[in-house]
Amino acid sequence: MTDHSEFDSVSGKTTTGHEWDGIKELNTPLPRWWVISFYLTIIWSIGYWIVYPAWPLISSNTTGLLGYSTRASLAVELANLEALRGEKMAALAAAPLADIEKDPALLALARAKGKTVFGDNCAPCHGSGGAGAKGFPNLNDDDWLWGGTLDQIMQTIQFGVRSGHAKTHEGQMLAFGKDGVLKGDEIVTVANYVRSLSGLPTRAGYDKAKGEKIFVENCVACHGDGGKGNLEMGAPDLTDKIWLYGSDEAALIETISQGRAGVMPAWEGRLDPATIKAMAVYVHSLGGGK
Amino acid sequence: MVSGAVFFQRESAMSQPSISKSMTSGESGLAVVFAATAFLCVIAAAKALDAPFAFHAALSAAASVAAVFCIVNRYFERPAALPPAEINGRPNYNMGPIKFSSFMAMFWGIAGFLVGLIIASQLAWPALNFDLPWISFGRLRPLHTSAVIFAFGGNVLIATSFYVVQKSCRVRLAGDLAPWFVVVGYNFFILVAGTGYLLGVTQSKEYAEPEWYADLWLTIVWVVYLLVFLATIIKRKEPHIFVANWFYLAFIVTIAVLHLGNNSALPVSVFGSKSYVAWGGIQDAMFQWWYGHNAVGFFLTAGFLAIMYYFIPKRAERPIYSYRLSIIHFWALIFLYIWAGPHHLHYTALPDWTQTLGMTFSIMLWMPSWGGMINGLMTLSGAWDKLRTDPVLRMLVVSVAFYGMSTFEGPMMSIKVVNSLSHYTDWTIGHVHSGALGWVGFVSFGALYCLVPWAWNRKGLYSLKLVNWHFWVATLGIVLYISAMWVSGILQGLMWRAYTSLGFLEYSFIETVEAMHPFYVIRAAGGGLFLIGALIMAYNLWMTVRVGEAEVQMPVALQPAE
Repeated sequence: MTDHSEFDSVSGKTTTGHEWDGIKELNTPLPRWWVISFYLTIIWSIGYWIVYPAWPLISSNTTGLLGYSTRASLAVELANLEALRGEKMAALAAAPLADIEKDPALLALARAKGKTVFGDNCAPCHGSGGAGAKGFPNLNDDDWLWGGTLDQIMQTIQFGVRSGHAKTHEGQMLAFGKDGVLKGDEIVTVANYVRSLSGLPTRAGYDKAKGEKIFVENCVACHGDGGKGNLEMGAPDLTDKIWLYGSDEAALIETISQGRAGVMPAWEGRLDPATIKAMAVYVHSLGGGK
Repeated sequence: MVSGAVFFQRESAMSQPSISKSMTSGESGLAVVFAATAFLCVIAAAKALDAPFAFHAALSAAASVAAVFCIVNRYFERPAALPPAEINGRPNYNMGPIKFSSFMAMFWGIAGFLVGLIIASQLAWPALNFDLPWISFGRLRPLHTSAVIFAFGGNVLIATSFYVVQKSCRVRLAGDLAPWFVVVGYNFFILVAGTGYLLGVTQSKEYAEPEWYADLWLTIVWVVYLLVFLATIIKRKEPHIFVANWFYLAFIVTIAVLHLGNNSALPVSVFGSKSYVAWGGIQDAMFQWWYGHNAVGFFLTAGFLAIMYYFIPKRAERPIYSYRLSIIHFWALIFLYIWAGPHHLHYTALPDWTQTLGMTFSIMLWMPSWGGMINGLMTLSGAWDKLRTDPVLRMLVVSVAFYGMSTFEGPMMSIKVVNSLSHYTDWTIGHVHSGALGWVGFVSFGALYCLVPWAWNRKGLYSLKLVNWHFWVATLGIVLYISAMWVSGILQGLMWRAYTSLGFLEYSFIETVEAMHPFYVIRAAGGGLFLIGALIMAYNLWMTVRVGEAEVQMPVALQPAE
């Protein structure tokens, strides 16, 4: 191949003389702005290497004139946060639980802290606004399984429910059908009786007297006379319109025959005491605290 | 099946008294190797320790038997002599494997875009996971990324590289069975990898999820790919190697190195799917992102720049803007890209010095990347008017514009203070997709719109109007996708770092997830438009092959004396 370079009239440049499948190349020099920008990024990088940790040596690395390290800068950021809230959190930790709500500053702090912690730890089950879901209690109402005073809420958060912790809340809804205590027709009958306690309509032709008899023999031990519930056992009040697992006949039959034993983890050890305190105040302040 | 009819044809073919027919050493050798592989795979299936491994071993056994059948059948069907390298002094180009890969590219593209739309919808409406493990987001996400990057992009790269290397070297593709081994073997790798994801087989390394046996198979296929490509270049009839071939070669060689480095693993048993990676801790993370970023650099950039360097000047019928720029930006890109991986690990346990190098090399990479953009766009000078009339060229040019945008955004996001906002947010997803949909997607579509009529010997596309529709529908989809992700990513980053005056995080994580919902819906809509565009394309290409008018072969022209 000899030189086949041609003049391209559109660009005013010559071609290199190479050609592949009809494709030629112009002999255009590098765009000046491109070269300058490329050099600038290189110069900037060299400058960056001088002031920041950059190149590995045999057993260490260049540390840079600024003495920067990610670890040190993180420590500064954490210290700044500590300066902002450390004293206040210490005050919160020291204050007796009952006094927090009386001090507007402490209350605001506890609620702010509690909201953050609630969002990252409790919201997956109880919902971001604490409104609950099937099997996970609503924390905004005044209907409490294990009690709605500050102390009771705090205890539940600390030790959980059926969590395996030594001090956890125990007690569960037994599986009357699965364990053979009640027969199928008895379960249907008592389910309708339970519905009648809160004024829900019952199946036509169901035997109310029989339902009451079954209820008294099997249910009042936990749910109490008239089904008003028992905080000691975590047994829900059956006379109100609030249902954890649903109030329709099918849901009740499932609850009675299979039992229920939802779990809430114990937070003691996973969250520090001041944080648990803040969370108790936050939950208490959601609207239903007693 | 139709073996009887096929057999009679063979008889008549064989009765031609020409040269005596015998199997090439490649045919007999490969048939024996596949027969042995089938036997070994049956044993592996019988002794398998887990169900997915048994399934893959059985699949491989069936594929090996099919391979033996195809090789033998092809032997009986073919004339005694292998296809000549030249006919009447003109290269006898090998289009079969290119057609196969083009078809598979379109097939996997649509599959990959569809799975992308499904997982985008799952993010907007989690109920679409249906509580089924096989179609949960965690398994479909690698299916999406592998289908679009490796299955769609990989087949486009193999198809175009086999075409470009033949045309620009003016020789027939090297090898007889080898190119078929590459295209079919590569797609079998995709099949094993994809079914593995659905069955829960993964080594949990992003973009390198396939387990050890799939990796081994890919290694074999890739080495053959390299050999076919190199052998074709070596026997070229042109004095110089065309710029696209530099980029293709850099892509093939570097991907081999990355694949071997990142997938060094020890299987728990040769009869089980599980393996453990050789590297641990931060070394493993660094290996992973050295691999991950250079998969972007050498698969999605160098490989597709090769496509750009052939198809844009060819379609625009203009010379490449600057030969010198192509040399300088090629070597700068190759040298600098390989250092940029650590920017994926800013503010992690990776040492500060490594983070600095990753960031500064990413910044220095900006201009070398733009060198490709300049060469792509400026090649249009003197042909800008064609953008009005040729939607294929418009697609190719817009892809280069997206390339320029992504390669500015990338270095910017690698700067640590920007990264502290963008890292782990949807901004990254938006950035990736402006490159993936805008650059890789559009340059692939443009190349396939050129390649299919050429490979099938058609005068032109079935409908340029449909290309125009594809262009606008897909462009609207991309704009919706990336702007939704920019907004949601920056919003997400700002919400994560917002503090109250009391020093507590302002938003819980779950609140930031809730805030993303509208953007996830817009993103899914954008993805849906992109998929519709691809369906329009598939129809257009199908009709081009089915009803397109055959190009009349020019009579052998007088070859100018060189």
